Amino acid sequence: MRPDRRRWLMGAGGALGALWLAGCDRLTANPAFSGMLKVAERWTRGAQRLVTDRNALAREFAAADMSPDFKANGTLRPQDEAYATLLAENFAGYRLTVDGLVEQPLSLTLADLRAAPSRTQITRHDCVEGWSSIGKWKGARLSALLDRAKLKPEARYIVFHCADTLDPSAADGAGQYYESIDLIDAYHPQTILAYDMNDRVLPVRHGAPLRLRVERQLGYKHAKYVMHIEAVASLDGIGRGQGGFWPDRGYEWYAGI
Amino acid sequence: MADERAKVTIRRHAGVTRITHWLNVLAIGLLLMSGLQIFNAHPALYWGAKSAFAQPWVSMRKEEVAGAARGITTVGGLRFDTTGLFGWSGAQGAREQRGFPRWATIPSYRSLTDGRRWHFFFAWIFVVNGLVYWLWGLGRGHIRRDLLPTRAQLRPRHILHEIATHARFQFPKGDEARIYNVIQKLTYLIVIAVLLPLMVATGLSMSPGFNATLPGLIDLFGGRQSARTIHFLSAAAIVVFVIVHLALVVASGFRNNMRSMITGRYAIDVERDRG
Repeated sequence: MRPDRRRWLMGAGGALGALWLAGCDRLTANPAFSGMLKVAERWTRGAQRLVTDRNALAREFAAADMSPDFKANGTLRPQDEAYATLLAENFAGYRLTVDGLVEQPLSLTLADLRAAPSRTQITRHDCVEGWSSIGKWKGARLSALLDRAKLKPEARYIVFHCADTLDPSAADGAGQYYESIDLIDAYHPQTILAYDMNDRVLPVRHGAPLRLRVERQLGYKHAKYVMHIEAVASLDGIGRGQGGFWPDRGYEWYAGI
Repeated sequence: MADERAKVTIRRHAGVTRITHWLNVLAIGLLLMSGLQIFNAHPALYWGAKSAFAQPWVSMRKEEVAGAARGITTVGGLRFDTTGLFGWSGAQGAREQRGFPRWATIPSYRSLTDGRRWHFFFAWIFVVNGLVYWLWGLGRGHIRRDLLPTRAQLRPRHILHEIATHARFQFPKGDEARIYNVIQKLTYLIVIAVLLPLMVATGLSMSPGFNATLPGLIDLFGGRQSARTIHFLSAAAIVVFVIVHLALVVASGFRNNMRSMITGRYAIDVERDRG
């Protein structure tokens, strides 16, 4: 190929590449286009629901598989005053509230939770960022707690309100961490409120005193620093209405892929 | 006897092949670049079920070297300074810490949510397009007729001969140019029957929801982090294929090849015997 022709081709190639990149950024910013991309999330969720038994168990591992370096993400130490007070007295004053659409609201101490029906499991934690860690969790079975509180028939979702403000700059007050799951996941045998991790009391960076484990979903669903469990009929009006801190910021609520 | 060269136009690619080919170009290009955006959320690779954060087998990061920020890429025990490309890139004065540079990702700026949306949307296009191609290709005999090597083509002597002529950029002429040569056939088969399905299988293996559906699949790849690594390596193999494929498209007659993949018509030189 002649040099001038080669230079012309390379220049044209570079220009096309730049155009392609700028085009992709503009399309991403275009509401109609990103709305079209979002449609695929419904297909993916539908396909996953179609082929997956909602009651199937997540893989459980052996003690030898546990990560010595389980990574902590999100809030590592809540700066919220109420939490700091609880932490200072080693959670002696901690009460888990269970309310909303229930017949019998509950207020549980950590001793109450430790006395409740429990489950221990060694599972893999998959972060949406791509990494995985394996840890051992012991906690109260959510299904048993919900049975005690007696869900009303109109309850559809269980919302977990957390102690940590992950985004203090959120002007609309939606900076506090929260998550939600449907009743199928809430009654799944592996869904627990963990108070122990790797045979020790749950450390602060992993969500002390109580963290949700909802296996088969990405890491951000496993809400840390759980203070308040609320049974609701709809997720509207909570946070920005998408069912969780990260779902409010564009991540998928069902968190299955 | 006098030989005379003449051009004959044949119909090379069926409509389904051409449409699925170009949809694949679009989908794979967008999947690759949005995939690099997703990779950038944690620019390191591991083997096994879990991440051993202190020992990734591939990592891209920013490090302070002698008081200056450098992009450092590690592969196994090897360490490379990749400033400007991997780990620490961008225009002078506006450098940022990221695995792959802005020009390689969709969107160019850092956004895991947007990257995931592009990726999962075009994953559907890619899968449906692939299924159409395979069903049509098997049903209408395209795979068997055009892509499966013949017994004669598979003789070691013939394969060695093909490699030798390819290395000298000599391409088949005349009747030989009517069909794919054996290297072409095997390469295309590896891509469509191994690499592309492997992308889907390793991709699904990274889904914690899908793991519960088909636990055997992730075991096949040796755990979730191995599946992520194989997803990355398979994508890299597809990039290598595309580069070689494009080089050969140019070397063996760019206009003729492009025309055949757009209109279906392909010109070949035939030797006419005018005895």
